[in-house]
Amino acid sequence: MVRQLFRLNEIVEKKELAPRIKEIKVYNPRIAAKARAGQFVIVKVGEEGERIPLTIADWDREKGLITIVFQEVGVSTYKLGRLGVGDVITDVVGPLGNPSEIEKFGTVVCVGGGVGIAAIYPMAKELKKAGNRVISIIGARNKDLLIYEEEMRRVSDELRITTDDGSKGRKGFVSDELRDLLNSGLKVDRVIAVGPAIMMKTCADVTRPFNVKTIVSLNSLMLCGMGMCGACRVEVGGKTRFVCVDGPDFDAHQVNFDVLIKRLNAYKAEEQLALKRFLEVKA
Amino acid sequence: MPVKDRVEMRKLPVEKRIRSFEEVALGYTEEEAIQEAKRCLQCPPRPCVQGCPVGIEIPRFIKKIAEGDFLSAYKIIKERNAIPAITGRVCPQEHQCEGVCVLNKLKKPTAIGALERFVADWALKEGVAKELAEKEIANRPSNGNIKVAVVGSGPAGITVAADLAKLGYEVTMFEALHKPGGVLMYGIPEFRLPKRIVEYEIDYLRRLGVDIETNVLIGRTYTIKDLLEDGYKAVFLGTGAGTPKFPGIPGETLVNIYSANEFLTRVNLMKAYLFPQYDTPIKIGKRVAVIGGGNVAMDAARTAVRLGAEEVYILYRRTEEEMPARREEVINAKEEGVKFQLLTQPIRFIGNKDDILTGIECIRMQLGEPDATGRRKPIPVPGSEFIFEADTAIIAIGAHPNPLIARTTPEIKVDEEGRVITDSELRTSMKRVYAAGDIVLGEATVIEAMGTGRRASQTIHRDISEGRI
Ligand SMILES: Cc1cc2nc3c(=O)[nH]c(=O)nc-3n(C[C@H](O)[C@H](O)[C@H](O)COP(=O)(O)OP(=O)(O)OC[C@H]3O[C@@H](n4cnc5c(N)ncnc54)[C@H](O)[C@@H]3O)c2cc1C
Ligand SMILES: Cc1cc2nc3c(=O)[nH]c(=O)nc-3n(C[C@H](O)[C@H](O)[C@H](O)COP(=O)(O)OP(=O)(O)OC[C@H]3O[C@@H](n4cnc5c(N)ncnc54)[C@H](O)[C@@H]3O)c2cc1C
Ligand code: SF4
Ligand code: SF4
Ligand code: FES
Repeated sequence: MVRQLFRLNEIVEKKELAPRIKEIKVYNPRIAAKARAGQFVIVKVGEEGERIPLTIADWDREKGLITIVFQEVGVSTYKLGRLGVGDVITDVVGPLGNPSEIEKFGTVVCVGGGVGIAAIYPMAKELKKAGNRVISIIGARNKDLLIYEEEMRRVSDELRITTDDGSKGRKGFVSDELRDLLNSGLKVDRVIAVGPAIMMKTCADVTRPFNVKTIVSLNSLMLCGMGMCGACRVEVGGKTRFVCVDGPDFDAHQVNFDVLIKRLNAYKAEEQLALKRFLEVKA
Repeated sequence: MPVKDRVEMRKLPVEKRIRSFEEVALGYTEEEAIQEAKRCLQCPPRPCVQGCPVGIEIPRFIKKIAEGDFLSAYKIIKERNAIPAITGRVCPQEHQCEGVCVLNKLKKPTAIGALERFVADWALKEGVAKELAEKEIANRPSNGNIKVAVVGSGPAGITVAADLAKLGYEVTMFEALHKPGGVLMYGIPEFRLPKRIVEYEIDYLRRLGVDIETNVLIGRTYTIKDLLEDGYKAVFLGTGAGTPKFPGIPGETLVNIYSANEFLTRVNLMKAYLFPQYDTPIKIGKRVAVIGGGNVAMDAARTAVRLGAEEVYILYRRTEEEMPARREEVINAKEEGVKFQLLTQPIRFIGNKDDILTGIECIRMQLGEPDATGRRKPIPVPGSEFIFEADTAIIAIGAHPNPLIARTTPEIKVDEEGRVITDSELRTSMKRVYAAGDIVLGEATVIEAMGTGRRASQTIHRDISEGRI
């Protein structure tokens, strides 16, 4: 008989990948059993917590573990970051969203920016398994913030790195590297970009003239994650779509990024107030 | 002899209401209940019974109230209705039982809903409800460990889970959100339906032995097939009609435009009104426009008032006559200062440079010929466009069934509106799978969800015990 080693949603491993970026492994066999590249969970910490979406960066079906990588940017991610090994996350639901389309496309370029690298990792891994030639471009503000380099190298035929300040790899943005790659004349069958909204928007602009199918994984604000609130709605192809049930992957050339970016800022003042209060109370 | 006036329920004074989420309607005292009960004519045709979707023996229970025998009244109601403390509060009685009461001819129907609520509250307060429940729990037969899965924890799911648990089945209830209760929990506000009443029903399920698993989204965490293969003999779907409709007009993705579901969920389920003690924020502007004329619109408008909006408007494309909301809530909304802009249809949302809502372009409507539903159809008045200033908009123009289960389970047939198709006994097109409530009916009512749920549980029990599945 299999002995249950952990409690549901217990954190069994925790690592700091970079300043303010943490990786946790969480025991949830029912999510681990179903997780596929491109899907996410919604977590809530404590009775007073907010529901926030986080990508499933990896999973171990046998051990019943899912991996989450998150950046501490506000109250909810700070609260999550304070939990340690042995603590239980109050609520975790998933896997949510549609799995990414994984097929043999040919040559695929996977572009990851910031924590988006952890989100693109499972996609690159599965695309490689499906027989694609995977070229990955990953980037961060500086070399200390660059995560998942080794993981990405393992699942890519070729790995390129950029940093905003040039402390590692090419100085510049991932989109600059993407542009050069496309300019070099290499035949690219598909581009997948995950990262901050502005990065995904720029990548979409870069690939548009080359007519390369480009997929982005949108990170809108969410509340329910199951299609019942509309908080995550975006404009794609001129239509209102729900990221949590219609996405999160969409055709980048159809996405209205300005709407996405403005909606992401909807609660800026409240978020700052909440974070300030949180840091004061806990200090 | 002239018919006496209805005994109206006492209500919280308006000044107190608009600054708190306390329940507005205060219910009857014993004397008031007896007095109101005595108004019922006990008329032999009993049209009220037909008006109730679950056929409660209304004159019988009212007679017991008139005699002061509240316990018997409670038992009579419970024969047909598992959740009277809830339905007594939220049923649209004027369209159901009270709407056909013979005393309507004098515009003074018996206050059936208020009486039902009185009896249910009395039973809760006196501990009678609990006592009877404990007996049911103790007398639960065993049914050979047959497992049944209930998906969704709204009134339909609650009814099916309780019915089958009482029959001895091992019931597991799966709910996608982190708290069970469905719309009763996340949608209908505290001031209309105190959450302790919903929690009581959920607690009762637990004591009946129902295993409630929250944070499980069926279709994703498990599929229906998984459940059937995992030893569940039958699966009941009570997933509701929770996906909000948007009008499909320009600007609907602007900031500070909410679906009513998002707005109400933030407040009810996530307690955004206690931000920043609670982490979920909500924006409430000075001038709020709520679009729609149903219960959901009234709930959103009255919630906005309580959150401190200076002006709250209902924008509705027909007249007050056609409003589907419960009459009582329209009156409450008006008392609380909600203003009505009738015959008004939004055609475009307008934002500033940061995409923050500043106004709504609307067009005036006039009523034309009656449509298929018998309501007069609103038609736009050419050239009557005008700008309605607003910094928050809440869209409450309806909802449709959540498409997730249909998308992930093609065996389950749905109609063009996305509603699950069932036979008259609530069997879906997939063997061993049953459905009831809003997922089958479209947006309906709590009592219809309860009523169809009860029929579904009877079918499930019959199909299992007669060996059909
Ligand atoms: C499908 C999906 C998958 C995601 N996966 C990950 C992940 O794997 N790792 C991770 O770290 N984050 C991920 N995010 C973003 C994550 O949900 C937010 O960072 C988180 O909700 C912030 O909550 P908070 O309370 O800590 O910060 P808040 O106080 O809400 O916000 C603080 C700051 O972060 C910005 N912000 C808030 N929400 C988002 C967002 N959704 N996207 C970008 N910026 C945001 C705000 O504008 C603000 O400046 C994902 C989002 C989505 C929709
Ligand atoms: C704001 C509001 C006010 C209302 N006011 C009234 C009123 O005054 N009177 C009245 O009679 N009716 C009213 N209604 C309508 C009434 O609430 C519904 O008709 C009733 O709740 C339907 O019950 P249900 O059990 O079918 O579904 P719901 O109550 O919608 O419950 C469905 C549950 O299933 C869960 N779920 C959905 N999909 C999945 C899945 N895939 N896996 C797991 N769980 C899932 C949902 O999270 C939800 O908890 C109102 C509705 C709203 C929204
Ligand atoms: S359940 Fe609703 S419709 Fe039936 S008698 Fe009670 S209040 Fe009337
Ligand atoms: S129709 Fe009215 S008066 Fe007649 S029995 Fe019913 S409640 Fe009483
Ligand atoms: S987050 Fe609620 S609909 Fe997408």
